[in-house]
Amino acid sequence: MQLTVWTYEAPPHVGAMRIATAMQGVHYVLHAPQGDTYADLLFTMIERRAKRPPVTYTTFQARDLGSDTAELFKTSVRDAYERFRPEALLIGASCTAELIQDDPGGLARALGLPVPIVPLELPSYQRKENWGASETFYQLVRAFAGPHAPAPGMSRAPRDSARRPSCNLLGPTALGFRHRDDIVEVRKLLERLGVDVHIVAPLGARPADLARLGEADFNVVLYPEIAGQAAQWLARTFGQPMVKTVPIGVGATREFIAEVARVAGIAAGGLLETEESRLPWYSRSVDSNYLTGKRVFIFADATHAIAAARIASDELGFKVVGLGTYSREFARDVREAAKGYGLEALISDDYLEVEAAIAALQPELVLGTQMERHIAKRFGIPCTVISAPVHVQDFPARYSPQMGFEGANVIFDTWVHPLMMGLEEHLLTMFRDDFEFRDEAAPSHLGAEAAAPPRAPDPETRQVGGVESNIVWARDAETELHKVPFFVRGKARRNTETFARERGVATITVETLYDAKSHFSR
Amino acid sequence: MNAPALGIAPAAGCGDAPVLRERGQREVFCGLTGIVWLHRKIQDAFFLVVGSRTCAHLIQSAAGVMIFAEPRFATAIIEERDLAGLADANEELDRVVARLIERRPDIRLLFLVGSCPSEVIKLDLSRAAQRLSETYSPSVRVLNYSGSGIETTFTQGEDACLAALAADLPTAAPGDGRSLLVVGALADIVEDQFSRIFTALGIEARFFPARRAGDMPAVGPNTAFLLAQPFLAETARILEARGATRIAAPFPLGVEGTTDWLGAAAAHFGVDPARFDSVVAAGQERAARALLRYRSELQGKRIFFFPDSQLEVPLARFLARELGMQLVEVGSPYLHRQHLAEELEMLPAGTMLSEGQDVDRQLDRCRAARPDLVVCGLGLANPLEAEGMATKWSIELIFTPIQGYEQAADLAELFARPLTRRTRLVA
Repeated sequence: MQLTVWTYEAPPHVGAMRIATAMQGVHYVLHAPQGDTYADLLFTMIERRAKRPPVTYTTFQARDLGSDTAELFKTSVRDAYERFRPEALLIGASCTAELIQDDPGGLARALGLPVPIVPLELPSYQRKENWGASETFYQLVRAFAGPHAPAPGMSRAPRDSARRPSCNLLGPTALGFRHRDDIVEVRKLLERLGVDVHIVAPLGARPADLARLGEADFNVVLYPEIAGQAAQWLARTFGQPMVKTVPIGVGATREFIAEVARVAGIAAGGLLETEESRLPWYSRSVDSNYLTGKRVFIFADATHAIAAARIASDELGFKVVGLGTYSREFARDVREAAKGYGLEALISDDYLEVEAAIAALQPELVLGTQMERHIAKRFGIPCTVISAPVHVQDFPARYSPQMGFEGANVIFDTWVHPLMMGLEEHLLTMFRDDFEFRDEAAPSHLGAEAAAPPRAPDPETRQVGGVESNIVWARDAETELHKVPFFVRGKARRNTETFARERGVATITVETLYDAKSHFSR
Repeated sequence: MNAPALGIAPAAGCGDAPVLRERGQREVFCGLTGIVWLHRKIQDAFFLVVGSRTCAHLIQSAAGVMIFAEPRFATAIIEERDLAGLADANEELDRVVARLIERRPDIRLLFLVGSCPSEVIKLDLSRAAQRLSETYSPSVRVLNYSGSGIETTFTQGEDACLAALAADLPTAAPGDGRSLLVVGALADIVEDQFSRIFTALGIEARFFPARRAGDMPAVGPNTAFLLAQPFLAETARILEARGATRIAAPFPLGVEGTTDWLGAAAAHFGVDPARFDSVVAAGQERAARALLRYRSELQGKRIFFFPDSQLEVPLARFLARELGMQLVEVGSPYLHRQHLAEELEMLPAGTMLSEGQDVDRQLDRCRAARPDLVVCGLGLANPLEAEGMATKWSIELIFTPIQGYEQAADLAELFARPLTRRTRLVA
């Protein structure tokens, strides 16, 4: 058993719902107890979808367990087919139905309905949402594209040079972080390169569209967590190469363009020569000097975490002090990326562990999910959400992609705006005791309510680190510490205490504070 | 009893009216959802769900409760190795509870909350609660109840929780005088208002659940209780088994409901009718005045209830009788005939009542009827709005103080707002 306060990912059947809801003409019959229908509100409330997700839940109750849940399931499948007339039926079970072992896939097939049935085995006690989405998409692609596969051993015919190259965009789903806008941006890039978009899937695709996936020259994998597995199968089965670079950030977008051009066998043209994003110039403008070396903590799904670290480090001049992911399936990629920044990656789906890491590192900016937004809010650290899990605010009314050159513009704005602006930062440090410019004041644009409550009056000395530690802070040293800007104060406190402990100093004085500052600045 | 407020026309009632009973997909929350408000109500209690990732995700999604820095609930997520028998589930639970109590030494009352998977694998949480109670006594009491979807619908989770707590209440001493117990979680402000009224009536009233684990009231044969919520069937049964008497009454929604609810208690305790009238007069008058404005906005408007919290019948009664709304369909997950007897009598004759749900069929009926306002859950609201229907999220009726005189107009406002909003929006 795992003690969980908040969870990064939903169970795997919610991942399947993200695929079913993204597509057209698909209906998902889920063997599940009453209550599991809560998942509908993720789509209708968080994403503000105007339609109910195409899901029928059997909603069995205790009294059904004694009689026949299998019969209930069959009735639900028949009714759902009659009512919705889908082009494909997805069949699955949620965590509780998995325990009662009714074999939903077998039961559905036995009904002999005139519709393709795709049974899903999503082990709820081992796997999670993204895996469920990936598996569901893979099963659907196999089921519909599979029958059109060329005979094994046949090589793919070269593209007719009179025809523009074409590709599929794979991975966008319902409830995805900015998927809606990313595909618009990537389409624009491809259009300018002279590449046609054949099918976008799963978002907006019908089962019949999946059957035609093999016709494209190559696949673009926008979200590896969701489409990586399907794209690999398409590569093996249809000999379709895949573009793996995820175009988040200026550098990655340029690499993406180069990779598409290479895979498509065309010239990238002017797209790589002109400055298409404002990010590079904004980042070089003098105002951005204050961004230099800002300590940033990053935690997200693997794709967004790796991309964010690269942008933070290479394009904004931040210092990445923590990098991690909850996507265990992609832990290796994140570990490798973290090594590049001299870090040990944090691979965890335990919210409390992430919180502890942020508390220990005292970063100046957190780039994370809704979970980290809550952690950062509590610590008074600026934060921007860069990845699912999402919240209603992560579906902005405005166009707000993460990918492509416009995505880089959006990223510059949304990461930089929560930070203290240059002059404000200096004035706050210089005139710390100004009564209107309170010590705990947050950046002025965050409003008065962002300010922390006033501190309790300091005792003469303060014990550090529990009973076994014998280090105390003298009151004047504690007062002096509070003159250090809040966003580095935690670090200053930690460094000073470490310094004191190493030297056996029992009481930290103002002198100790500055000795430690001098020691750590070397 | 008092004359009905607002000159309400006498109704023939729905006491014996036929009910459409449906069995199909139920678009309702499970009982775990009750944790969302219960964990704020009892300030030193902690709710540990023993369940799956779905349970954890439900609670964090259901009400957007992540505003709480460190909530007083968590989930012990059952994993593959627990199912395969590799790990003894009880040992695992003990380990999780130990970690939890170490982290939250402020906890005085711990609920182990059963879920669908824990029920299906027959994990005996009552034995676990007993064992853990012995371990952590006297600083922490450990109780258990089931909030599973296979056994409970939405507000029935509160019922199950309070039932567990009711069985554990101290026994009133034989010499104790007569006392009133108000049963069901209420907003603190509502509790304080009722408390002042009962004091003015000379009735000693306690509220259950209390705000702190150590302050739970005693119960015995001299206890009379008044249900503040219509979904407390099991809790009432346990209290009755412990010798307490239920005072039959409608529920304290609207002027009429509040007056009758308070009046039933007053009658039970032999309060002089003149004194009762003088105590409630000011509140009645204020509420009636505040409701007038909403009556003009809601009169004649047609309303359709999807089943959700079991509050549907009292709400429909209030909207029909005090605001003049027309009831198209009043759906409820469960109709407790006995506890709702007074309410059903007051419903306009011929009201269409439904119990249980087949959501697709009910949606068909709703679309055909084209009501002016639909009361439904979060999964249905936006899709119905997109179809052009005005909706009121039912969950707000649970998360808002709505009982009593001072909240009667706030309650009416919840129904008026979606309609008003539509008249304001031009674009």
